[in-house]
Amino acid sequence: MEIDPFIFRLSIFILAIFVGYYVVWSVTPSLHTPLMSVTNAISSVIIVGAIVAALAGDGDKIFDTANIFGFLAIVLAAVNIFGGFLVTHRMLAMYKKKKKDK
Amino acid sequence: MSANLLAIFYLISGVLFILALRGLSSPETSRQGNLFGIIGMAIAIGVTIISIGNFSTGFIILLIFLVIGGSIGAFIAFKIPMTAMPELVAGFHSLVGLAAVFVAISAFLNPEVFNLGFPGKIKIASLIEMSLGAAIGAITFTGSIIAFLKLRGIMSGSPITFAGQHFLNLAIGISIIGLIVYLCNTQNEYLFWSLIIISFLVGVLLIIPIGGADMPVVISMLNSYSGWAAAGIGFTLENSALIITGALVGSSGAILSYIMCKGMNRSFFNVILGGWGATEESSKSSAKEQKPVKNGNADDAAFLMKNASSVIIVPGYGMAVAQAQHALREMVDSLKKNGVKVSYAIHPVAGRMPGHMNVLLAEANVPYDEVFELEDINNDFANCDVAYVIGANDVTNPVAKSDPQSPIYGMPILDVEKSKSVLFVKRSLSPGYAGIDNDLFYRENTLMLFADAKKMTEDITKNL
Repeated sequence: MEIDPFIFRLSIFILAIFVGYYVVWSVTPSLHTPLMSVTNAISSVIIVGAIVAALAGDGDKIFDTANIFGFLAIVLAAVNIFGGFLVTHRMLAMYKKKKKDK
Repeated sequence: MSANLLAIFYLISGVLFILALRGLSSPETSRQGNLFGIIGMAIAIGVTIISIGNFSTGFIILLIFLVIGGSIGAFIAFKIPMTAMPELVAGFHSLVGLAAVFVAISAFLNPEVFNLGFPGKIKIASLIEMSLGAAIGAITFTGSIIAFLKLRGIMSGSPITFAGQHFLNLAIGISIIGLIVYLCNTQNEYLFWSLIIISFLVGVLLIIPIGGADMPVVISMLNSYSGWAAAGIGFTLENSALIITGALVGSSGAILSYIMCKGMNRSFFNVILGGWGATEESSKSSAKEQKPVKNGNADDAAFLMKNASSVIIVPGYGMAVAQAQHALREMVDSLKKNGVKVSYAIHPVAGRMPGHMNVLLAEANVPYDEVFELEDINNDFANCDVAYVIGANDVTNPVAKSDPQSPIYGMPILDVEKSKSVLFVKRSLSPGYAGIDNDLFYRENTLMLFADAKKMTEDITKNL
């Protein structure tokens, strides 16, 4: 009997929830804001779906409704990816340890 | 590129995203973590483009759109002031939500490219997955926009409630499930569009009854939703990077919501159903008789702090509003020159998003090892000479420990009242968000400093 590939994906999903649970609890509370901005950036990996949708077909098919929605999604996700990682970087660069004699 | 190889690459990006979050366990490793995240994203995008292998017109347009979006994002990231971080995050959530909706629409209109069947004959499982992804994405989109407007102050932060609200939400929730079932039976395009429109409406209805100071919970919750939406789309597209990321982000947001709710001693449903500190509460407190308070000025405050051996600073949302973090750092520098030991105490729900105060203090160059969480510092108040409360209110109210009638009863608070003297910077005696009077104002050891937080802090520095 063959196992439906859906079950494999479900397994990945459930295990990833547990990984997320333990990893996020280990995040120090002072970094909760960068945590939100970085999760924001990585959830924009949805861009891979947008790319597939946008580049489907070739030539003039690029301007079909489905493709256009794909391109729009690319712009939105790109704002998030660049904005999210950069703003996280900006924040993390500010966290400094106590310097002696200060 | 073979499908198997592609899947391996997606798995690698998923693992890199896990490492990105892992890095945030301490500030030292966090920057490396962010780099892992960026590499993971680059791999995911790169292999997707290569696997399609279409480098004609579409590819050029794709690059143009990437550059447009990327420049907008980069511009925002560099320009945004740290105090505006909550609205930025809310705004970004709305984009993820909308992107999920758009991808779901493309998949519905052109299922062949994703191997989901044909228009009108989409596999039932895929249809359910994309409907869920689209619905959650749509709720995230409009919900985040409302949160953004409230945080930005464009929309009033007070809860908007009306009769039958919960009943309406319930009815709409059931109708969404009904629509999905019906859609699976008929594959009707209009049902799909109605599903999205109704979900947009749910997002609005869900967030309008929630008040301004509950925004930390709302932002975390929307963070979680954006994750579940991504996971839904990930199932549709059979993409493990998306599934892993969706699960990570979903559980991250859920944990943050839980921490925020615990910080207020309220259940998640209590926050979501809204209406805390509605109008009746505030009218009750305004009718109260005037109690005497001790009123001080910058000179008194400077004298007290200069002669203290230890000072604890309690920042809150008011510090962010007044942009007082830099002035505060300067004051602390002068105090340290006088040999005073200074630390900062942060309540979990101080500010408008999780960790908001920590970022502002980091921006003002406050070393992170001088900043403590509630449970780590609460016992120190009893041994401290001066507590300097700047812009915080409800989180210092001793009523939470003494009065079971109070709406904030049971909420963990910073034991500011135990310190020898309390300096409370505030514009007026008006109650905080919960709409209740702060008992701390009338204590023997409290000196009220009525002024703008930034101005007062600067004046104190001059007098030190």
